[in-house]
Amino acid sequence: MTGTFDLGWWGVLLAVVAGAIRVSTPYLLVSLGETLTEKSGRVNLGLEGTLVLGAMSAFATCYLSGSPWLGMLAAGVAGSALGLLHAAICNLPRVNDIAVGIALFIFGIGLAFFLGKPFIEPRAAMLPALPLGNWSDNPAIRSAFAISPMFFVGIALAITLEWGLKNTRWGLILRIAGESADAARAIGLSVNRIRTLATMAGGFLSGLGGGFLSLYYPGNWNEGLSSGQGLMAIALVIFARWSPLRCLYASLLFGGTSAIGPAVQTVGISEGYYLFYAAPYVLTLGLLIYSSSPTRTLAGAPSELSISR
Amino acid sequence: MTKLISRRRVLAGATNVVGASTLLLSRPLCGLAQTPKPITVGFIYAATRNDFGWNQAHAVAAKRIAQLPGVKLIEQERVPETVEVERVMESMIQLDGAKVVFPTSFGYWPFIQKIAPKYPDVLFVHAGGLWKDTDPKNTIGYRGYMEEPHYLCGIAAGMMSKTGKLGFLGSKPLYFIFNNCNGFVMGARSVRPDATCQVVITGDWDNPVKEAETVNSLVDQGVDVIVANVDSPKVAVETAERRGIMSCGYHTDLSTLAPNGFLTGAEWNWAKGGDFVQAWQTGAAYPNLFRGGFRQNMVAISPFGNKVPKNVQESVLAARQGFIDDTLKLYKGPLKDNKGNQVLAAGQEIANTDNPFKLSVKWLVEGAIGSTGLQ
Amino acid sequence: MPARARGPVSVARHAWPVRQRGISTDALESLLLSLIAMAAAGVLFGGFLAVQGHDALAVYRTLYLGAFGTRFSIESTLTQAAPLLLTALCTLIPARVGLLVIGGEGAVVLGGLGATLAGVALGGAPEVVGTVMTIAAGALAGGLWIATAGALKHFRGVNETISTLLLNYIAIALLNHLVSGPIRDFSQTLKAQSWSIPKGFMIGNIPHLSVHWGLIIGLLVCGGLHLLLRHTTLGFAMDILGGNRRAAQLTGLPIGRLILLACFLGGAAAGLAGAIEIVAVHGAASESLVVGLGYAGILVAFLARQNALAVVLVAMVLGGISASGGLLQRRFDIPHAATTVLQGLIFLCVLASGTFRGRLLPRRGAQ
Repeated sequence: MTGTFDLGWWGVLLAVVAGAIRVSTPYLLVSLGETLTEKSGRVNLGLEGTLVLGAMSAFATCYLSGSPWLGMLAAGVAGSALGLLHAAICNLPRVNDIAVGIALFIFGIGLAFFLGKPFIEPRAAMLPALPLGNWSDNPAIRSAFAISPMFFVGIALAITLEWGLKNTRWGLILRIAGESADAARAIGLSVNRIRTLATMAGGFLSGLGGGFLSLYYPGNWNEGLSSGQGLMAIALVIFARWSPLRCLYASLLFGGTSAIGPAVQTVGISEGYYLFYAAPYVLTLGLLIYSSSPTRTLAGAPSELSISR
Repeated sequence: MTKLISRRRVLAGATNVVGASTLLLSRPLCGLAQTPKPITVGFIYAATRNDFGWNQAHAVAAKRIAQLPGVKLIEQERVPETVEVERVMESMIQLDGAKVVFPTSFGYWPFIQKIAPKYPDVLFVHAGGLWKDTDPKNTIGYRGYMEEPHYLCGIAAGMMSKTGKLGFLGSKPLYFIFNNCNGFVMGARSVRPDATCQVVITGDWDNPVKEAETVNSLVDQGVDVIVANVDSPKVAVETAERRGIMSCGYHTDLSTLAPNGFLTGAEWNWAKGGDFVQAWQTGAAYPNLFRGGFRQNMVAISPFGNKVPKNVQESVLAARQGFIDDTLKLYKGPLKDNKGNQVLAAGQEIANTDNPFKLSVKWLVEGAIGSTGLQ
Repeated sequence: MPARARGPVSVARHAWPVRQRGISTDALESLLLSLIAMAAAGVLFGGFLAVQGHDALAVYRTLYLGAFGTRFSIESTLTQAAPLLLTALCTLIPARVGLLVIGGEGAVVLGGLGATLAGVALGGAPEVVGTVMTIAAGALAGGLWIATAGALKHFRGVNETISTLLLNYIAIALLNHLVSGPIRDFSQTLKAQSWSIPKGFMIGNIPHLSVHWGLIIGLLVCGGLHLLLRHTTLGFAMDILGGNRRAAQLTGLPIGRLILLACFLGGAAAGLAGAIEIVAVHGAASESLVVGLGYAGILVAFLARQNALAVVLVAMVLGGISASGGLLQRRFDIPHAATTVLQGLIFLCVLASGTFRGRLLPRRGAQ
């Protein structure tokens, strides 16, 4: 530890930047998944349950198999299974997707806690990080730039989805299903099938978000692991107005504000920490109030979406 | 959000429990000759009981108590500190015939006070040490002086730290968290007078992301030893290990979580509960309030980590002996708080058992960076 | 056969179909469907337990014992159900005007805070007056909290589901901030909690029953609300707005006022639940207010469909499941989460069963 310098307020900045990257990844993955689902015209409010089940599946699989990547795969599969369940029920006529989401939220968490009980104590192998800070002698900088590959997967996905939704055939199909089910049916598309696939894809990504929590950061499985990341990610989608790229920015912003609380306390500011910790929620609400309008739906909102009406 | 926010702390490491059960056996009990009458003992936890934290400590103690002659153990976890715990206690008593109940979370106390008079044949043992003369006689409060083992952790941290910067991660702004922090800082400064300690209150008993984020922030500030006063310090200790810094444990033995950086840890010794069960079983006398530190064998320290050299171990053990002999006082003058106010004048001493003084602690000692947010 | 839903259909219409047919047939069908769905969930859960190696029948017998088997069990069930009667309304009432509010948790917190502050401020007032004012303050605080979300919806177009979700987090942070310092009672050493309301303001248990008065208040509110929603012009106006916003505009209904009122009433119900937690259980505000009562209320509201009276039945069933969860842990070593799994399954099955509405029972006349 001999190379440690006193970074002071630079340390705060570094902690916020590094924290933004670490904390944002689950938000990013879940919000990208939800963007896909919502673009098809469905809302899955149960992603918190998906995330927690994904976290448990990833940890358990990794513990039993020794492979964190297999764990991530398991998280994705468990997530898409819940997505399929959501879609299957919502495909029935006259079933409300928001309600099914809340039910899945409860079901997913219950299942994860039930099955995850034996895995609270053991330790499992962790996902590796990319050591991008090796150019520096400063351990703080080196550590801040040891970044999970999942973060870059998230960025790549955000860019790909942003482009793909606008410029590819499947992007167009997805958007048609989300804008007008009638139009989609008129050109011979199966709206239910599109939405099922979109919900499963969303579940897969949310599961990965959970896997990131249990296998990378904070890297643990217990019943308090998620503090509502899956719920907040849904708010972020609306905040990002259904743009994958803006999901990236929103997640980083949210991660950064989450890191401010602990970071400023480390330099001795410790008044009103609960209010600091509420900053991300207040900020999100403030920006929603600012960007919403009573006379039109939010720009970018799929018309079929119950939540945007 | 099925997550129940709850308070729980305490832990007894396996080592303590072994030590304490030896203690139990070594004590002659009047009723031991004949077969003790069967008794059902109920444990109630606020969260999952294998959490590497407060609840697990009690669960470990529960397992030891279950091995006492005639004892049948029943357990229930994730019981919130609402009227629900009242129902759970009564359910254990009415449906399962429990005669001793251990509701292990602090916030259960008002509910114990409420129903204990209704069941005079049941003993209620609460890990909090809140009992007063006006409370029912069939209730017991017990608790360890956790600041003493924190002082020892501080000695190890002060001697091992390269930067002289330590980190204390607290959960809630409560008196015992401040005492633990003060003990840690004073221990460090007793061996390294220029040591400082950055204090962060996360505000939650259990929030792994926030705890990991806090440890990372502390490391970025140059901190190289941390101790975490949260429900389950597992995440904090593991994060510290990954960042290549040292850590001290809390509640239970966490040495396996950090093979490189673990120094030692502050542990509870809840095994005393077994004495109360046996007293209730045999009709022997029992205390209603039992508090203690090393001298009363209510606290312990974890086994030293691999990297802790002999001289550090010796200093720590010498201080522990000081607490056992009562020659070492935790709070003694001259002592200033971290705002420069004098707390104790030179020569002034606070007895280690002076609980009212400890309860009044709303300040951090000199060397701690941060504030309690109170006063 | 009902036409497949096409084009924009509001949340409310989907989740809370406005009654179109004779009440008795509808009610009977709802009841039947719910029972079938719950039976299906029971079979699924039994299978789940059997796979885990448990004797499902023995588990169900214990579940019954713990929920309704003895007088003591029934009291436990009623205790669990009491707050849910009120928190369910926080989702149910706004849903009548087409809003999906999930802010019960925050409204409970605000209600508890409001009640505590009022109770402390009123120290010295006559006891009955103090109790009433304390409870009323809680309801008012909760009502204003959710009405804020309604106002944001109406005047700024902010989605109410998301805003109430965020308001939950903000309310909890506010509670923690206040009880950690500004309104903290420092004589309470092991827990950050607020000053206590005067002992005389506390309400005790119902005579001859180990259940506090909150149960009676909850039942009265549910009953009163049922009358309000079903048998008054106001309730009818809300239904029109919830069923079809355009129609409400055309008929010149005061949409803004209806939205604000529905949100206020919903929030007030949850705030009342928080206030009762204070005057009947805790006597002071602390984190013990945040135990998921609001979130459980969402589940109750959905299972009860649009019916305030059905809330009573559903709350009893869910309360019973929660009450017996402990016995399952103790007798079978089944994890606590088992009751969550069962509740999730019931919820899913009941929602899926909604697809058979209007198709299960034959109806007289054209449909």
